[in-house]
Amino acid sequence: MAKVAAELKYSAEHEWISTDGSGPSVVGVSAVAAEALGDIVYVDLPEVGSTVTAGETCGEIESTKSVSDLYSPVTGEVTEINDGAVGDPALINSDPYGAGWLFKVTVESEGPLLSAQEYAEVNGGEL
Amino acid sequence: MTENYTALYEEHKKLGASFTDFGGWQMPLKYSSELAEHHAVRKAAGLFDLSHMGEVWVTGLEAGALLDYALVGKLSAIADGKAKYSLICNADGGVIDDLIVYRFGDEKYLVVPNAGNAPTVAVALAERAVAFNAKVEDASAITSLIAVQGPKAEAILLKLTAEAQHALVTDLKYYAFNELTVAGHDVILARTGYTGEDGFELFVPNDGAASLWASVAEAGAEFGIVPCGLASRDSLRLEAGMPLYGNELSLERSPFDAGLGGVVALKSKEGDFVGRAALEAVKEAGSQRKLVGLKGLGRRAGRGHYPVLKDGAVVGEVTSGQPSPTLGYPVAMAYVDVEHAELGTALDIDLRGKAEPFEVVALPFYKRQK
Repeated sequence: MAKVAAELKYSAEHEWISTDGSGPSVVGVSAVAAEALGDIVYVDLPEVGSTVTAGETCGEIESTKSVSDLYSPVTGEVTEINDGAVGDPALINSDPYGAGWLFKVTVESEGPLLSAQEYAEVNGGEL
Repeated sequence: MTENYTALYEEHKKLGASFTDFGGWQMPLKYSSELAEHHAVRKAAGLFDLSHMGEVWVTGLEAGALLDYALVGKLSAIADGKAKYSLICNADGGVIDDLIVYRFGDEKYLVVPNAGNAPTVAVALAERAVAFNAKVEDASAITSLIAVQGPKAEAILLKLTAEAQHALVTDLKYYAFNELTVAGHDVILARTGYTGEDGFELFVPNDGAASLWASVAEAGAEFGIVPCGLASRDSLRLEAGMPLYGNELSLERSPFDAGLGGVVALKSKEGDFVGRAALEAVKEAGSQRKLVGLKGLGRRAGRGHYPVLKDGAVVGEVTSGQPSPTLGYPVAMAYVDVEHAELGTALDIDLRGKAEPFEVVALPFYKRQK
């Protein structure tokens, strides 16, 4: 699996966001982050209908070894959360860019985001 | 601090390990998934590089007397071929390290301290040896230590030993050791571990470590052995209720607070030993805080240094904690005020501002079926 998915944008805090333009965007954490965290056992996501703010914490990700804040890469309203990942957080490790997505958000404004190329360069990941 | 590398470092790199600094050593944190490694040890077998641990030989006419003076236990009373868990304290009764002592004979003992403390322990032993006819030699830099842990460990060792030596493996009791040949290497094979499972630890000179590691991995393949890093080592020892120096044990905590009063031979040792007067006073005064096990009633885990609360007031601090992979609920060890240390007491852990319910339970959290 590629550590950095080419079609996504990334925050410096290792969240990815899909930006295909149609409908709400999907947010998750990168494979680089998932690997560094270790086996994820719990995820606390923002509530549907709540507003998240770019660069601010909007949840927590807990692995066997540590707890990390989840930062929102964008500002906007949360429209859906991934109940599958809440019920089985191991999905975030096994498929961070697919079944392990975290929440969907209607984007009002983006925080500073990196292209896949830029993110890969900073984090030594492969595209 | 200079980084130390074990003789198996290149093997770990080849296996794709991610590394972490531990006590000044670059050690494998995990190879694949720490949960998978944890479960492998509970169900089959795991292979650990513990070469960062220290090996200090104490020899000579008064080797036993020196250890009785330098450590809190009565080490001279260990039978040949047996091992004993002990502590080395300072004059104030603070714990410098916990360690295992192996007795080879009246005049020959091996002391195994923790990685980061090994130089300190070797120096302390040498200083305390001045008045004794005994020699202290730190062999940590030339000795590797490999652990094979899990219910399949014995079967794997039997594949690697000559039939004539099988009884040396199968008859070996917990906390006992033999010198024998494993996969062509002369090793010290001890039935000890830090996982709560049956298992062995193999001391081997550095130049044989890579070859022995490969032989164990190959022989264990059919039993499902996997290489295991420090992440799973930590979760396994936590489930087994075993203290980790730096977390549960430190210079600031007495052995009595840590529930290790039984290791301190105040009664059975007549002579003086380092820390004796202080430890007698500490025992007399009683503990203010005690090390307890905490079981999470929710899903969130407590972590080291998180406050423990009773009705919102801080009554203790977590020393180690995480979700237990085997039990499926969060577990933690914590020092709590003695009045809240009774089994069954409902306490909370302050999880970054949220009070999460826990209950005081007996240690260990996990006990293997024998």
